[in-house]
Amino acid sequence: MEVKNANAAMLSNYEVFKLLTDLKEKRKDTVKNKNSAGQQNLNTIMYETMKYLSKTPCCRQNPEIVKEFLTTMKPHKLTKAEKLQLLNQRPQTAVEIQLMVEESEERLSEEQIEELIHTVADVLPGDPEQENAAPADAEMEEAVQQS
Amino acid sequence: MFVLVEMVVFNVGLCICLYDITKLDDSYIFPGDGASHTIVHFRYVVFHPFLDEILLGKIKYCSQEGVHVTMGFFDDILIPPESLQQPAKFLSDEAEQVWLWEYETDEGAHDLYMDQGEDIRFRVTDEMFVDTSPTGPSAAEIPVIPGQPVAPPAEEVEKKEAPYTLIGTICDPGLGLLSWWNS
Repeated sequence: MEVKNANAAMLSNYEVFKLLTDLKEKRKDTVKNKNSAGQQNLNTIMYETMKYLSKTPCCRQNPEIVKEFLTTMKPHKLTKAEKLQLLNQRPQTAVEIQLMVEESEERLSEEQIEELIHTVADVLPGDPEQENAAPADAEMEEAVQQS
Repeated sequence: MFVLVEMVVFNVGLCICLYDITKLDDSYIFPGDGASHTIVHFRYVVFHPFLDEILLGKIKYCSQEGVHVTMGFFDDILIPPESLQQPAKFLSDEAEQVWLWEYETDEGAHDLYMDQGEDIRFRVTDEMFVDTSPTGPSAAEIPVIPGQPVAPPAEEVEKKEAPYTLIGTICDPGLGLLSWWNS
């Protein structure tokens, strides 16, 4: 085997997740291959990778969301690697954004970082369990203020 | 393509699954060999984070070498002691081994334990590929001098090295256990 290009392209978590999901569907059709050792090993790494990715924001993404995200990111002049990380991780705090954007203090103002956080939260779907926790707190605060 | 299952290709990364087949060259049958041989051009999905990439994993265990992190599909991730949040301390007894961060507040030091199973965010600082392909017979020859006793060859300690290892750091704000930063 000869490696022609060690780094042909970067894939987002979503693209890998979609690929694995499609492969899994195709293999369901060929159930009789289950006993082959080679196929079983492929399932382990595919299974573990899918398990990992299904706990990240990418499992709630689709091509339209990714396209919209990249469009809204244009004015911020981020590198491909930075946009990829924001897409994969869906950071919710300024600290996380600063980890993923190089020299963020020089390139982004506080308002721009806030704007990034809002854009990321709006365009990329979050974990529904996490989101349900937030409104409940807001209601509690209001109740306490009224009493 | 199935040969690349769970395989690390030297200097490329951990193979996950086939992406596509880009070209099938002509098939040949060689004399004395009944099989048909075809050169297949394909693209494979590999796990190969870039330098400084931020990743999420779980703590597998702690040792003198540092904190060992796993991502489920990939296990060979190490955060060495110098890359932990400082000051860091290593506790070791019969029951367990654990690294902890002696986090200083106004009220004094607060020990933050890096327990097994905890979610951890780290930055990739280095990678190591080890060529684990089989080598030929050893070239070293023990000289035999007639009349002299032959010294036994030094024993080679074979340490099973991972073909691909990631080294990380949690030394920046926002890195380390997720529970440290979630209010």
